[in-house]
Amino acid sequence: MNNLIVYCEIEDGIIADVSLELLTKGRTLANQLNCQLEALVIGSHLDGVEKQLYPYGVDIVYTADDSRLYPYTSLPHTAIVCGLFREITPQVCLMGATSIGRDLGPRVSSTLHSGLTADCTSLEIGPHEDKKAGKTYENLLYQIRPAFGGNIVATIVNPDCRPQMATVREGVMKKEIYDEAYQGKVVKLDVGKYVQDTDFVVEIIDRQMEKSKANIKGAPIVVAGGYGMGSKEGFDMLFDLAAVLGGEVGASRAAVDAGYCEHERQIGQTGVTVRPKLYIACGISGQIQHIAGMQESSIIISINNDANAPINTIADYVITGNVEDVIPKLIKYYKKNSK
Amino acid sequence: MSLKIVVLAKQVPDTRNVGKDAMKEDGTINRAALPAIFNPEDLNALEQALRLKEQHPGSTVTLLTMGPPRAAEIIREGMFRGADGGIVLTDRAFAGADTLATSYALSCAVRKIAQYDIIIGGRQAIDGDTAQVGPQIAEKLGLPQVTYAEEILSIVDGKATIKRRLERGVETVTCPIPLVVTVNGSADECRPRNARLIQKYKYAKSPSEKAECECTRLYDERDYLNIAEWSVNDVDADLNQVGMAGSPTKVKTVENVVFQAKESKRLDGTDAEIDELIQELIANHTIG
Repeated sequence: MNNLIVYCEIEDGIIADVSLELLTKGRTLANQLNCQLEALVIGSHLDGVEKQLYPYGVDIVYTADDSRLYPYTSLPHTAIVCGLFREITPQVCLMGATSIGRDLGPRVSSTLHSGLTADCTSLEIGPHEDKKAGKTYENLLYQIRPAFGGNIVATIVNPDCRPQMATVREGVMKKEIYDEAYQGKVVKLDVGKYVQDTDFVVEIIDRQMEKSKANIKGAPIVVAGGYGMGSKEGFDMLFDLAAVLGGEVGASRAAVDAGYCEHERQIGQTGVTVRPKLYIACGISGQIQHIAGMQESSIIISINNDANAPINTIADYVITGNVEDVIPKLIKYYKKNSK
Repeated sequence: MSLKIVVLAKQVPDTRNVGKDAMKEDGTINRAALPAIFNPEDLNALEQALRLKEQHPGSTVTLLTMGPPRAAEIIREGMFRGADGGIVLTDRAFAGADTLATSYALSCAVRKIAQYDIIIGGRQAIDGDTAQVGPQIAEKLGLPQVTYAEEILSIVDGKATIKRRLERGVETVTCPIPLVVTVNGSADECRPRNARLIQKYKYAKSPSEKAECECTRLYDERDYLNIAEWSVNDVDADLNQVGMAGSPTKVKTVENVVFQAKESKRLDGTDAEIDELIQELIANHTIG
């Protein structure tokens, strides 16, 4: 009771990375809260799924197994989540800020009248004092997120409603095995108890899932371009540099909005978070919402004709110059020196 | 079959141009200090609505927005592009609402509209990026939802067929109407303003706006120029569920983030410097 639960997404029998990242974070938070870590998996053919989850320190795995529950649709998953939560009253619920979590989370929060904070970049436990009401709270979930185009960071709390719900984007938290030998238990839910036939009004008539083309999250080197690249053609140069160095191309929100690059390469609060060995920021000014997604890179090189671009303050190397001059030189001297 | 279409739209601060007076001390947004625009994905939603209107003669598109009285601007903007009219849900009691209190208020307004076949909104607004209000309104109205829609392909025999764009693929779903649809930015852009409609609707005004002019006759004669304005009482909303009081989430703190500045090496991009930099990165195994 009053535990921390993670709604786990599953595709082709594999638990999504974002869910494992949330379990990793969830384990740390559960230890601070002195409560158990629970996972909820809704889908079909779930036998053995707990083996993927226990190593992350999961104490209880709830499964709702029914052929109609995969692929995801909103109403039956909402019904199961809400029905279960009414019974086990978790204090915290975490979901991925994916097209599933962002569809399900608000529906659940509305049903249960609980607060939900979207796209958190950090989660902490701490006290809260409501001076107006003269009340103090211990061990609340601090839901920390950039807001307002990334220009500010807000800490949100849900003092009175449970569960305290938050979504987090893929790649924001680190995925880490807690204990290979960790053992929890499985609780199989009686699907018919929660779901009615009328919940299946949405019918999926076609579904085409692709493997992601770009793997910028796992790339050791990321060459990222911003609005300063000037055009879609300007990005060709970045693909050349990335190919030579063995890296991937990323982009700022401004560059994606301008159509220079596809959305799946967007880095930042509304895109992917990356932690490569080397991050080369080309023509990126460094909006906070972008920096939030790359500041943990080991080495950062900024190439910008504005010597005072905000990103320069967190860069290890600042090259002041035009990207179209500097990038060909990087390629040229890499080729010369790597032989 | 003609359709009654409701489009949910939000007037948002243009977050690309945020000044230092943008936040009030209580952590809420000082909207007065910022340029206000039609939320981009709500325009994508409007386009889908206008196409349905074309495919189903006799249909109407009603815009619904919640905000300060000046939000009537986006209703007019929508009318210039083809919407038939709109409602501004405005009341001091709504101030400081989080997504749940917002969706409650909007759902009360939709209930008052009473007749609707499909409710379409943008996936999310650029000032909050939460994507929560659409699904929450659906839940409060007891309707199914289709989020991340890229195109409403058809509505035939009371059933909508909708293409969704997800992170890693596309999905086509069917769902009986009425339902709530939220539309992605990847959907087709909204058509531009139409010169004829600008002529027709340029004097369209809400009661707050009309209060500033002496022109009641025009609005009595031409009802299509009236933009409705509804208060918390007009939609029979429970005061405990709106505004700050109805919001389970509270803003604890708001900070301007300052990132830890590093000591940077400064280069001018000369050949010698770049050569040396590359050698350094190879030597410390950053690049192979």
